[in-house]
Amino acid sequence: MTAIDAQQAPRDLTAQPKGLAMRRFKDASFVIWGIIATLIGLGTLVALVGELVHDGGHRLTGAFFTSFPSSDPAQAGILSAWVGSILVIITTAFIAIPIGVLAGVYLEEYAPKNAITSAIEIAVNNLAGVPSIIFGLLAVGLFVQMFGLGQSILTAGVTLSLLILPVVIVATREAVRGVPQDIRHAALAVGATKWQTTQHHVLPYALPGVVTGVIIGISRAIGETAPLILIGGLTFVAFLPITRPGDAKFEVIGAVDEYGAPVTADATESIRIENDGVVVLPDFSEMPVEAGQTYELPHGSTVQSVASWGDAAASWSPTNWLGSEFTVMPIQMFNWTSRPQAEFLEIAAAAGIVLLFITLLLNGSAIWLRYHLRKRIKW
Amino acid sequence: MERDFTKKRVRVGERVMEGLLFFAAALAVAIVAGILYVVISEAAKFFVEVSFIEFVTSTRWTPLFDDAHYGIAPLLTGTFMSTLVALAVAVPLGLLVAIYLSEFASPRMRETIKPTLELLAGVPTVVYGYFALLFVTPLLQRVIPGLPGFNLLSAGIVMGLMIIPYIASLSEDAMRAVPRSLREGSFAMGATRLETAFRVVFPAAISGIVGAIILGMSRAVGETMIVVIAGGQLPQIVTSPTEQGATVTAFIAQVALGDIAFGTLEYQSIFAAGLALLFFTLIFNFIAFGLQRRFREAY
Repeated sequence: MTAIDAQQAPRDLTAQPKGLAMRRFKDASFVIWGIIATLIGLGTLVALVGELVHDGGHRLTGAFFTSFPSSDPAQAGILSAWVGSILVIITTAFIAIPIGVLAGVYLEEYAPKNAITSAIEIAVNNLAGVPSIIFGLLAVGLFVQMFGLGQSILTAGVTLSLLILPVVIVATREAVRGVPQDIRHAALAVGATKWQTTQHHVLPYALPGVVTGVIIGISRAIGETAPLILIGGLTFVAFLPITRPGDAKFEVIGAVDEYGAPVTADATESIRIENDGVVVLPDFSEMPVEAGQTYELPHGSTVQSVASWGDAAASWSPTNWLGSEFTVMPIQMFNWTSRPQAEFLEIAAAAGIVLLFITLLLNGSAIWLRYHLRKRIKW
Repeated sequence: MERDFTKKRVRVGERVMEGLLFFAAALAVAIVAGILYVVISEAAKFFVEVSFIEFVTSTRWTPLFDDAHYGIAPLLTGTFMSTLVALAVAVPLGLLVAIYLSEFASPRMRETIKPTLELLAGVPTVVYGYFALLFVTPLLQRVIPGLPGFNLLSAGIVMGLMIIPYIASLSEDAMRAVPRSLREGSFAMGATRLETAFRVVFPAAISGIVGAIILGMSRAVGETMIVVIAGGQLPQIVTSPTEQGATVTAFIAQVALGDIAFGTLEYQSIFAAGLALLFFTLIFNFIAFGLQRRFREAY
């Protein structure tokens, strides 16, 4: 060995190895690739917002929020959609938040290490990966068919709460896990019971993390469309669910489309009106109609029930909306997107702007909350 | 009066709370059981009418026609094609972002980019569908003449953009979990950051990265609205992404959009399609979780 070493010339350790410049160049240029990839992601967001605002920005007027959907795109609005979305989300939150938080607390604080616990954990993990449309199948088969809940706000709320349950559970677990053991020990040492410790000491500290998870879950529920299509959310809803169900609807005799108009061209259909309202004729002229009367209406007309704010207030009841039929924002947008006329695409884009604004606002605040949380709390 | 401290007090409230907590957690198992029960029992009724052999071998899916055929193959090729396009977009971009964030970006840069990208995952899928149909498709039609208005290419690309955050974020987690000592060893040997990233960190985190990709794939397979809106709803054997086609999810949505008469073969067919979907996504999730657990245990 020494003999070989002696034969070699001493190496110049200050010299640059061969190809180093190239390797350094590749290293530096990767940063550019990384930034390009990131920019494609961010560019998508910008293009998305730009496209929606370009197509539908001019339709975002006050009337858009206070009008019912209509077969005349110039008149159509999202009143029943945003009211429906709010009611569905309230139902979802009432179910998903308590169950999700309690389940998260159980798994983190109470669960013994046994087969039942690992079954629960496997179930939660798998639920998170089940495609949302499968929850729609569950809703149709179980809630609509077996439990007879109908195609109602309650069914939609229960379905969406099951969908976001894993999000709330996982967020709660992480938040609870982040609370230091010292706090539990201190509470237990002065005689608090396990639940008192959890309720008064662990949960308050975990709250911001739980709230972050809840916001992300709610945001997901607001934008979810597929499962609601299965439970029949795609109906033309020209009444507010806060009125008595069936209150502001029309009864139709004969074949009609989703707007309550005859499906066959060149034909008229008998339509019995159940509440005072307006019929928009194919030429967009309006004809007032009276409750209890039957009218012969031509193909392409839209029966619009009145359901004014006054009617809504008069027939308000705190519970009957749960059983009401409904539409929600994403379904309304989808309905308009699948129509060929350009005017409907405009209002679809306008609905998309509203939807995107709400979900980005919720996601943004959740991200902000999480970031500030991490910075502020130093255990 | 003195208290007897040797006697254990039974606290009813505590017991009730514990029961309530357990009940909430056990509900997750009940939901999974409910999903399996509903999908399997309805699909079973379907397979009484239609033979399983027909289901897996027939190349036509026309349940709404008079001459009804129930071969799942066209729907699977549609799902496969759109997922393939999505992965072709999301895997390179997602991994580039992950490597950049984990090995190159300053902490401040990372703290800004990561949450902003996460916003992409929060966009409602129906909005993505609109974007695919009215922005991406017209754009592609300029490049590819004769591209139909509905095609799986555009749906797949947008789906890919949607799953970039999942792949990037989970892969970054996997790479950051690789101990510093491995990187320092590599730097000490004279490797650049890029060489360290590709030859040391990437292989060390590979199970986590593959897990992330499979989870992204599972998302793409289960995605409904984008393909319903932009992919067309024509169930045919798809051989090229520029064709229109129906995915498993698109078929379920399409049937649901019509009036479903409960108890008919049509109604049961969406559960059979759902069973196929559930089968694939659960397998993907199972593999992904296994892989991710492995990378966590390795160090």
